[in-house]
Amino acid sequence: MTTRPAHRDILSVLDRPNSYIGKTVPRPNLDRLLQGRGLYVSDIELPRMAHVVFLRSPHAHAMIMAIDGGAAKRLPGVIAVVTGKELAAVITPWVGVLSHLKGLKSAPQSAIAIDRVCWQGEAVAAVVATSRAAAEDAAEHVTVEYRELEAVTDMRTALDPKTPVIHSALGDNLAFERTHDAGQVDRAFAQSDTVVEAEFVFGRHTGVTLEPRAVVADWNAAEARLTIYQGTQAPHMVQNIAALHLGLQEQQVRVVCKDVGGSFGIKVHIYADEMATYALSKLLRRPVKFVADRIESFNTDIHARDHRCMGRIGVERDGTITAFEIDDLTGIGPYSMYPRTSAIEANQVVNLVGSPYVTKNYRARARVVFQNKNLMCQYRAVGHPIACSVTEGLVDLVAMKIGVDPVEIRRRNLIADDAYPCASPSGLRFEKLSHHASLDKLLGMMDYQLLRAEQAELRKKNIHRGIGIASFVEVTNPSAAFYGVGGARISSQDGVAVRLDAQGSVICQTSITEQGQGSESLTAQIVGSVLGVSMERVRVILGDTDNTPYGGGTWASRGAGIGGEAALQAAKSLRKNILDVAAAILQSTAAELDIVSNSVVDADDGTPRIELKELARVVYFRPDTLPPGIQPELMATRHFVPREYPFAFTNGVQASWLEVDAETGFIKLLRHWVVEDCGTIINPQLVDEQIRGGVVQGLGAALFEKCIYDERGQLTNANMADYLVPMAAEMPDIDVGHVVSPTAESELGAKGAGEAGTAGAAAAVANAVNDALRPFGAIVTEIPLTPQVILTALARI
Amino acid sequence: MKASAFAYARATSIGNALGLLAAHGDKAKVLSGGQSLMPAMNLRLISPELIVDIGGIGELRGIALKGEVLSVGALTRHADLLKSPEIAAHSPLLTKAVAHVAHPAIRNRGTIGGSLAHADPASELPACMLALGAIIIVRGQAGERRIPAKDFFRGIYETALSAEELLVAIELPVTRKNAAYFFDEFARRHGDYAIAGLAADAVVKDGAFTNLHLAFFAVGDRPVLSSAACRLIDAVITPALMADASAALDEELEPHDDQQATASMRRHLAKVLLVRCVSTLLGRADLDARVA
Repeated sequence: MTTRPAHRDILSVLDRPNSYIGKTVPRPNLDRLLQGRGLYVSDIELPRMAHVVFLRSPHAHAMIMAIDGGAAKRLPGVIAVVTGKELAAVITPWVGVLSHLKGLKSAPQSAIAIDRVCWQGEAVAAVVATSRAAAEDAAEHVTVEYRELEAVTDMRTALDPKTPVIHSALGDNLAFERTHDAGQVDRAFAQSDTVVEAEFVFGRHTGVTLEPRAVVADWNAAEARLTIYQGTQAPHMVQNIAALHLGLQEQQVRVVCKDVGGSFGIKVHIYADEMATYALSKLLRRPVKFVADRIESFNTDIHARDHRCMGRIGVERDGTITAFEIDDLTGIGPYSMYPRTSAIEANQVVNLVGSPYVTKNYRARARVVFQNKNLMCQYRAVGHPIACSVTEGLVDLVAMKIGVDPVEIRRRNLIADDAYPCASPSGLRFEKLSHHASLDKLLGMMDYQLLRAEQAELRKKNIHRGIGIASFVEVTNPSAAFYGVGGARISSQDGVAVRLDAQGSVICQTSITEQGQGSESLTAQIVGSVLGVSMERVRVILGDTDNTPYGGGTWASRGAGIGGEAALQAAKSLRKNILDVAAAILQSTAAELDIVSNSVVDADDGTPRIELKELARVVYFRPDTLPPGIQPELMATRHFVPREYPFAFTNGVQASWLEVDAETGFIKLLRHWVVEDCGTIINPQLVDEQIRGGVVQGLGAALFEKCIYDERGQLTNANMADYLVPMAAEMPDIDVGHVVSPTAESELGAKGAGEAGTAGAAAAVANAVNDALRPFGAIVTEIPLTPQVILTALARI
Repeated sequence: MKASAFAYARATSIGNALGLLAAHGDKAKVLSGGQSLMPAMNLRLISPELIVDIGGIGELRGIALKGEVLSVGALTRHADLLKSPEIAAHSPLLTKAVAHVAHPAIRNRGTIGGSLAHADPASELPACMLALGAIIIVRGQAGERRIPAKDFFRGIYETALSAEELLVAIELPVTRKNAAYFFDEFARRHGDYAIAGLAADAVVKDGAFTNLHLAFFAVGDRPVLSSAACRLIDAVITPALMADASAALDEELEPHDDQQATASMRRHLAKVLLVRCVSTLLGRADLDARVA
């Protein structure tokens, strides 16, 4: 073996010639998707494939007295009508708890309801037929006799002694409670010059993926193997759970995940109807397809947010924040979602409130209650929008009260950029954040002083515009601390295998997944850069438990930071192996060689020595010509998980500029700015579009999106006409800037970026609305900020 | 979300369509642009046994100026209304209103006849028909009926059209001298169902209205031709008179609560529209609180 001079190892892979890292390059999968040649689960057709439609409960809470599928079974094309009891023969129930969330409880949940339904939309029977239409026709002929039970719908009364307990074995409707008390909160409030308190209300909303959840499950009885084609963010997690509950070994389950039409956290969970589809395939010994329709999506895709949070902040006369206190309440539906649980969002709220600020005095309580509504769980930027809206809402309210500019109070209290490493009041460890640099950059981008002057001028003309600013901290690159330590078999490490093929191209298998973020692109960019191979020669394979290394997948903003580093290390290893072979062929040393533009070259002057395709030809077809003792290894695999910090925290700041029509309550978003710090940027365009997409989802929450339940637990707007998603016409231009503080945990230095936009957008808008309404003395702390809410706050109706 | 099985007939003529409707009565549904019908069928809110597709009937198409009357065929699509020079010249209110109808994809398929026959109280075109004093022409096997717009709309999705009749055309009086028009609506997002809207057709002379038709929509079970407008004709508009007209409007409306707005919010927005309409048409910025 040759030894290489130390400086070559120190030289960052980011600085290599022809690097793709830090450059906007087109995504390799773009043509395939734009030409309609993607492969979504809905596209998959298998021989003998049947379609399942789930008959769903019209009641929020009821006993199932009888199910009669006799008439349906006699209809043409119907293969089976299966009840929960019948399906229980092949699949076991589950309980969505994790041991590190102390005290979290939930009840056993079945793939199809047995004896009792607990939310409107829960499946009570499966109708399997030769087509979706035939199954829908037949479902109309299945009769179910229900005895309605009182529905628990209002989270505020869920814990009252006179409210029925949804699962009597649990004793009460409290799923989880966490308290935190740091510093000396009471003393800090007592010594504060001003204390402000407000209740913040967040509407329940959902992810609304363009492609609904979809599964094709194919049990092959001859092989005793189940192949699951599913749009999921975490194939190995699905493999583990499916095997566990179907009584199989993991090696008997293959999960294939090709193109996915949006996920946003919606597709990182295990849903009852998906489990039922796996089980039906096993029961009926044939492929079964389930594609949720839009109504099913609204009724069963996880919902999120739906918090009511009391918040309190204290300040000294000069604006120094003395303490934060919150009391958060959220209702999660009748079960804790499996396997990630529904306690995480409230837990994140406790973790993140006050986190951008210096004060150590912080007290929090979060309670998570059961109710007879659809399940809630993790959706893009879990907990962050709530924590950010509460924190930044309180900061602005108290700044308004003491007459300090919103920028000034943040400058005075944000953690200094040179104070790291340090910890938040809730104990989060920060490696390196850049709140002040980010704020400075944001103010420059938006020309803050000019906007303030414009605002003042327009107010004279009765035009009411507002500026809102929101700083935030974001959790990315989670280690085992997220799920693994609680007993969930959800991997926090990811693996990448790279190999040189016989023509000098590269095959790369990664355990991260692609749902539109650009996982495929960033992997190819990193591998191409490190290896010295052009990107079009790098083929990335993902989403197949038979054909990729074991890993977590893509969620919690971890794909680039964790999967990207695994790709970098695997490519580095392969590069070394290639150079060792080249050195033998060329009678040189690896240290004197490099790979640039698909050829081995002299490191010093770039003189081409041997093309990779020639090297591969020799290795694969004429190994007899290699010097004795050389055993080339043109495949390398590396895994990565961060070890020093449980999470790579990032930070950012957003600003909103908007106009409120004080007569009608309508809000017009005029402009939005974001500065965020995700460390090393691999593809600027992908990062910026992740931020923009995230902002739009945050703006949806701020102005439009809400799952509206009536007091009986009926979801009343489960369609795209009544559930309002943000659309292009109402969206402002979104300017994105960056501050770069790479994490030292990895050579790549990348942190996550996928959730930053969602984390702070609603907070910035709410603050801007209150800024605009300042002349009227009206304050709004509820989202979505509908015209009805604004007009009510203005006492016009 | 698949429709129940149904029979389908593509009508070859108006006579053929009327024959099918007479034979099948309310078990049949007319398919025009399909922008309301198809979603309702896919949601299984309705399950007609027979779909009578009138899309191939050429005589239901087209916009024609006949003297003082603009005739618009029932199959005229929203997109065609929007880009029609005849409509822009002789019924500009309609051009303005159609831009608020849903989104381009829907405007490319949806038809004026379909919109009027569907009679969604939140839709724009029925209100325009009221404001413009349109005649809606329907035909049955017994012959043709010419129904004034004010008599056509009878409730939520309810019209004077019977199950055996086909809406074939509308007739609009062409714009008069000194005509002015106003159209605005409040919707949560561009293209959404309005939560309150106003289509107004006026004649303005020397800073006063000599004629004024105000058709409010989405504030009741059908579009409302406001009689409060009468107070503003041939009158000097003062804030006091506007308050008077607002109060009169309030009396006329019977708005409903829904997820987007309460009844009181709808009343409020209707009054805002009234003020904005009058101040815009008369060039009286002083009446508008926004610029006071």
